[in-house]
Order: sequence, then structure tokens, then C-alpha cells
Amino acid sequence: MRLGLLAVPLAFFALFFAYPVVAIVGRGLTDGGHWQFGRFGEVLGDPDIAHVLWFTVWQAAASTALTLLIALPGAYVFARFEFPGKQLLRAVVAVPFVLPTVVVGTAFLALAGRGGLLDELWGVRLDTSVWAILLAHVFFNYAVVVRTVGGLWGQLDPRQEEAARVLGAGRLAAWRRVTLPALGPAVAAAALMVFLFTFTSFGVVQILGGPTFSTLEVEIYRQTADFLDLPTAAVLTLVQFAAVLGVLAVHAWTVRRRESALRLVDASRTARRPRGGGQWALLWGTLAVIAVLLLAPLVVLVERSFAGPDGYSTVFYTSLRSAASAEGTFSVAPLDALWNSLAYGAAATVIAVVVGGLAAAVLTLPRLRRGPSGRTPAISRFVRGFDVLLMLPLGVSAVTVGFGFLISLDTPPLDLRASWWLVPLAQALVGVPFVVRTMLPVLRAVDVRLREAAAVLGASPWRAWREVDLPLVRRALLIAAGFAFAVSLGEFGATVFIARPDRPTLPVAVARLLGRAGETNYGQAMALSNLLMVVCAGALLVLERLRPADHSGEF
Amino acid sequence: MTAEHTTAREPELLRLGGVSVRFTAAGPPALDAVDLDVAAREIVCVLGPSGSGKSTLLRVVAGLQQADAGQVLLEGREQRGVPAHRRGVGLMFQDHQLFPQHDVAGNVAFGLRMRGVSRAERERAVAGLLDLVGLPGTQRRAVASLSGGEQQRVALARALAPRPRLLMLDEPLGQLDRGLRERLVVELRSLFRELGTTVLAVTHDQGEAFALADRVVVMHEGRIAQSGTPLEVWQRPASEFVARFLGFDNVVEATVRGRAAATPWGAVPVPDGTADGPCRLLVRPAGVRLTAAPEGLNATVEARTFRGTHVSLLLEPAAGPRLEAACPLRDAPEVGARVGLSFAERDVVVLDAGGPAD
Repeated sequence: MRLGLLAVPLAFFALFFAYPVVAIVGRGLTDGGHWQFGRFGEVLGDPDIAHVLWFTVWQAAASTALTLLIALPGAYVFARFEFPGKQLLRAVVAVPFVLPTVVVGTAFLALAGRGGLLDELWGVRLDTSVWAILLAHVFFNYAVVVRTVGGLWGQLDPRQEEAARVLGAGRLAAWRRVTLPALGPAVAAAALMVFLFTFTSFGVVQILGGPTFSTLEVEIYRQTADFLDLPTAAVLTLVQFAAVLGVLAVHAWTVRRRESALRLVDASRTARRPRGGGQWALLWGTLAVIAVLLLAPLVVLVERSFAGPDGYSTVFYTSLRSAASAEGTFSVAPLDALWNSLAYGAAATVIAVVVGGLAAAVLTLPRLRRGPSGRTPAISRFVRGFDVLLMLPLGVSAVTVGFGFLISLDTPPLDLRASWWLVPLAQALVGVPFVVRTMLPVLRAVDVRLREAAAVLGASPWRAWREVDLPLVRRALLIAAGFAFAVSLGEFGATVFIARPDRPTLPVAVARLLGRAGETNYGQAMALSNLLMVVCAGALLVLERLRPADHSGEF
Repeated sequence: MTAEHTTAREPELLRLGGVSVRFTAAGPPALDAVDLDVAAREIVCVLGPSGSGKSTLLRVVAGLQQADAGQVLLEGREQRGVPAHRRGVGLMFQDHQLFPQHDVAGNVAFGLRMRGVSRAERERAVAGLLDLVGLPGTQRRAVASLSGGEQQRVALARALAPRPRLLMLDEPLGQLDRGLRERLVVELRSLFRELGTTVLAVTHDQGEAFALADRVVVMHEGRIAQSGTPLEVWQRPASEFVARFLGFDNVVEATVRGRAAATPWGAVPVPDGTADGPCRLLVRPAGVRLTAAPEGLNATVEARTFRGTHVSLLLEPAAGPRLEAACPLRDAPEVGARVGLSFAERDVVVLDAGGPAD
């Protein structure tokens, strides 16, 4: 039965992930039926590529360090302080994370790019420096740290630290010896997540990097789309794949350590009003950081979208409705992209929830009975590996997946190139990891003995699942669906390849508009980004209402 | 569920034959060839320290744990291959395991709903059961808002609702405070008597077991160490393990010859009919009599503990291991006093030649 449930997600991943990726990598690395492994040496020996590799690692490490530095105090503030408007602020902080990377790039362009707010005011431009990329990455990942670390921090029993104090440890020593070790795995997990996201960063670097800065993912896109150099793209894809696999392995290891027994309490009981000047300064400092780093880009994005040629107006919005206004960028009205995005996103959500939900259910089925030898059966080890496999789409080059779709799903019965479903299938791939990550902790938290209680009272296994598990996970299911929807809306790397020119999605339309000169194009890009932001933020705020207060998941 | 008063011996409702469960290949088995019969309407309490296999025993009967060997018969029928939800037994979990998404009525009615009982009938049954457990009118309350004792009663009502042929209780009063426990144990016993329910309970608390059960079964490392009425077990512990588990620590090596045994404490009288030879001997604290100092075995009072009805003394004798004695409040000597000791025959128990307790 476990294998039966496993079949759907396995088939999905085999067909729509492994097959396209293998196909395109294979095509790049073979020549006349022979494998050309020498290309690794050629490509990696190229000084330009070496520079890209170095920059990719460097900027990911720097972004991660900067994010931790800025967000860890924030995690503490959200975990331990009680202040008015905290719930709202917690939701606001999470908005950037669900924003499409294209919107994040656009927002920073509007703040610090050419003709941006800082340029107009003080002549400061960051889009030519690496700072724009780093700050955009902090903007994007602030919530990852606050949620992952802060969620746990708020549930750590303060009495543990008090016990250390009573035993003679100073305030700092108590924190270092008791709280820090407990938080360590969560900090590591958050850092690895941020590293993973920034290592594979595409939309942000594509928009803010200009010709100077390029990550692996951007380089894969350039080699594939601009130069049609598949061998180089294939090598880079494999390099990125290997790196991501390494990061994911370490992540899985830290997550398992994090599940070690900690004394957790209700988060609402550990927070209190700040006391003393230091704590108030910390609170206000955090609020200032949030205002400058998180809110300002969003506010500027809104402002720019209304800043028409003749003062503030809605001209960029109204012109979205006609195809002619876009100076030949599209054959359809840009606003159509909104309806395309919503329809694709809805379909992708359904796919992601079915596939991810089944996968999470399989991973949490009652453990198979250990054999008399006391060893874990092979199937259990396989299922555990499946857990990591499900995370892979987060890290494998979306560009490769998108291009792989184009070249591999072209023969009947899998000729999907012209199919409307091609885009939702690719977007669902990115949504599945989020669904699994949201569902797993909740499903794991369902006490096995509740199911046993139901069984003893006469409920068959299926009935017990319906009566006990389903009501408890219904809310998580809705949250997972919301996440999948937001992520699908923002998916860019794969969609940019496979969305048909007459059916662009919002991020694709924004990128295309930004790629053209002209004030109208720029303004319309801002306006479209705004629409996308409103939809994503709306989805997130609905989620926040559903989310239980003591949530301590990963996203 | 009416209480029929009958003196005829009831047939066996549950019979375990040679049941063994092994979780790991290397370690000791959780259950080691356990034989146990429970007659209809009997209340049997399995008593043992944690890790002795008590809970595993219940899980095997409920069908939540498969036995590696042996058979489980309910009303004479082999239960191998019968899944938990078709066994028709009730199990009250250690920490209740009430369904958080259902209110009190939803929890109590769960088993009836699984059996397709009509709504009207369910409501009637729930009201009756809540009256029975002393929580009338609480149908719509959320289970999270209940106190520990109330949750306990709801869990009991839920387990009773489908009228199981055998009701099993895992540490039924484990998490409640002392006063509530003592009251509930009396209530439970009279309730089960009234309903004629067959009960198999497990607990680590001897007071609970003795108050609740018709028959007590002491378990040790997956085996049954002794089975008998509470009085039998209390008065005649079968092995050193049982004696020490019940809190009796005055156990020594002895060699019986006629009506007395030679021990490190000197000669101790033994009951008539005791076989000659080496054995382990238990002297219950009540059997350690204090005399004037120069008589009998000399000892120093090391500590005295007030126990309410008597004072418990820890004595360091001139020879042999320490001794515990129970003496009336008025006669208790001070710490450091020197006393003489003698032993009363009726509180001396010859233990089976089982291994030493660990």
C-alpha cells in the first residue's frame, strides 16, 4: 500500500523532472553517440566560467552571512518580545519571501537602480555594484531566518536558561551554554536554506546583475538561450546539481538533529514586553531594519508604478489593457499575463498538493515493523532517501528543467510542447517541496496512539486516517496549497522557456518589459510587478490567518 | 451489561498461551512466554516496574502489537490475523488519547459511530455514560478544557461505550494526583462490579493494583513473577523480586533447620512445615520487634520516618545488613538509641529460590 501511494509522486518526478533533466544533460554531453566527459575540463578550465563559479559561491556565502547578521536579532525580537502590531508585522516580514524573484529585482531597481529613488535623491546607484544583489537576497530571505530560528526560539523553555543562571552561569554564559546549542541546528538549517536559495538565484541576478555579475543559473540561461551552447550548459547544470545535492545532504542532517528532543513550550507564554534601554533599542533597531530593508523597496515599487510622465497617474495600469501600447513587446495585452498566471498557478497548485500530499503521507505512514535482525528494512531507507529527492527541484537549475521540457516532452504519447499543461507541470515541480515541507511536520505530529485509539474503538485503518489525521491536517493542507500557489505564480526560470509568446505569465512579462528601453515599458513593468505583489501578498495574508500560532516549520 | 449475581465459576474470557514479543534480536524479550487467563467479570491487575512488559501485554491483546510466538484467545477464539478494530476489546490509553478535534460527546460516541449506531441511540448512550462517570451535561465541552481527572472519566466513558467484552486500562490513574487517585480507584471498582465488566489493567503502583483488582499479576522482565489475590501477594511474596518491588527490603540468606533459620542477624523463627536447607528469607518490618537493649540482636537507630499510622525505623544491627522496622508511634525510639531486636514468626516469609533482585 505504501508503494501504491508512492507510485504517483515517483512517476511525476521521473517523468517531469528526472527525464527532462537527464535528456538535456545527455544531449549536451554526447556527440554522435559518444560521451564527451572531456568537456568538463574544457568548460571548467575557461577563466570566464571559473569567475562565474567563484562569484556564485562568494555571493551565496556573503548573502547568507549578511542575512544571518541582520535577521538573527530580528528572530530574537519576534521570539521573546511582546509589542503591539506584532502579528501584523510578522505577516509583513514574510511577504518578500513569497514575492517572485522578478518582483524583488524590480523593486530594488526602483529603489537603487538607474533613475531609481536613491539616484534621484542623492545620485546613489547600487545596481552596478554587488550590494544590490546582496541586499535583495537579504530582503528575500529575512523571513526564512526569522521563521525557522525565531519559531524555535519562541518555544524554547526560558526556564532552561533560568536553571543555568541559578546554577551560577552569567547571562551571556547561560545563553551560550543553553540557548545557543539548542538553536544551533535551526540556525544551521536556516543558513543552508538561504545558501541554497541564493546559490541558485536567477531572477534577482538576471535583473540586478547586469553584464558584470552572473551566477551559475544565469550563466546556464545565457549559454542555453543566447549562445545555444548546450555542452557548456550541461556541464554547469551538473556542477550546480552536485553542489545542491551536497547542501541538501547537510541540511537533511541538521534537520534530523533539530528533531532531537528539546523542551518546547507554548510560544505565547515566553514573550514579554521589552525591559531596559538595551532591549528597547534592539526592538526599535529591528523595526528600523524592517522599514528600510523590507518595506522601502516595496513602497518605492508602488510609487514608481504610479509615477507617469506627467506626474502621478494610473496611466501604466490602464495601458496594460491594450496590446498596442506595449511598443511591440507583446502580441497580447500585458494584462492578459495576469489571467494566464492565475490559471496556471491554480492548476499547478492542484498538481503540487496531490503529488506533495501523497508524498508526505507516504513518508509518515506508520513505520514498517523492523525485522527480527533489528535492521531497518531496505524500503524504509529508500523512503527516507525519497525525502531528500523531493527537495531537489528547489536546487536543480530551473532553466535546465524548462529547456529539458522543451526538448524531451516532444514525442507521443508525451508530446506536451503545445499543451497548456506544460507550464503548470513545471511550476508544480517547484511547489511540491513546499507542500511536503509544510505537511510533514504536521503529519508527523499526529500521535500514532490517536490512530490506535481509533482502531481499538472499531475504526478500520482508512477510517482512522479519515477520522483522526485528516481533520488535524486540513489546515496544513490549505497552507501548503497557498504556498504552492504563491511559488507557482512567481516561478520564472523554467516558465521563461516554456511559456508561449502569446501566453506570458506575469514574471515573464515583467522581465520582457524590463529588457526593453522606454519609460512606458519601465512603468508597465512596475505596474505588473505591483499586481503580482498584491496577489502574492494577498495569498500570504490569507495563510497567516490559517496558520496556528505555535507554528515552527521551515518557511 | 446488567449485573447478574452468580456464584458459578465464569468461563475464561481471555487466555494467553506462551505469548512472546521481541523488539530487538540482541536484547531481552519484552514478553517471554507469558501465560495468563482472565475469567469473565474478573478484574485482573498486572503490576510491575516500567519496562517489565505490561503495556506490551495490553497491546498484544488489543491487536496493536503482533506476538512473535504464542496465542491469544478471546472467548475461545484465536485472534491471530484479527485486526485491532475487529477484536471488540476496549483500551484506555495511559495518557487518554482523547481526540482533540472532537468534543466530549464526539469522543464518547466515536466507537458507536464506527459500529453504525443511529444518532438518537448514540445521544442516549452518551448521556447515560456521562452520568455514569459523573460528568453529566458536559457533551459539548472541548476536551482541552477538561482537567486531568475529567479527561480520565471521558476516556473511560469512551472505552465503555461500545460495550467491549474486555476492558483494558493502561496506567489508568497514572497522571492524577494522589487524592483524586484514591477516590477514583474506589469508584472504578464499584463501577466495574456493577456493570459486570471484565477488566485487565496494568499499573506500576501497588496501592492502585491492590485496591482495584480481584487478582494481581506481578511481572518482571517479560515474565509473570507471581499471580494471586492482593492479600496472597502481599502476605506471601513469591520471590525476592516481588518482595523488594512491594517495598520489603529485609531480605537475607538463610539456612533452615527445623523451626529456625540461621541468618546474619542470628536465629530467626520460620513457619511450621518449612523445608530444611538454604533459602532467602524475608522479615516484614512489622515482624521486627524492639526489646530492651541487651536482649537479642543489638542495633542502633539510624533514621526514623513518620508514616502516619506508624513510624518506620532504619536500624543498623551489630551483625548483618540493615533492617527496617515498623513500630507504633508512642514507642518509637530516638535516632541514635540502642535497641534489642527479636523476630515474629508470622511475619517471616521463605522466598522461592529465585535469583537475586536487580
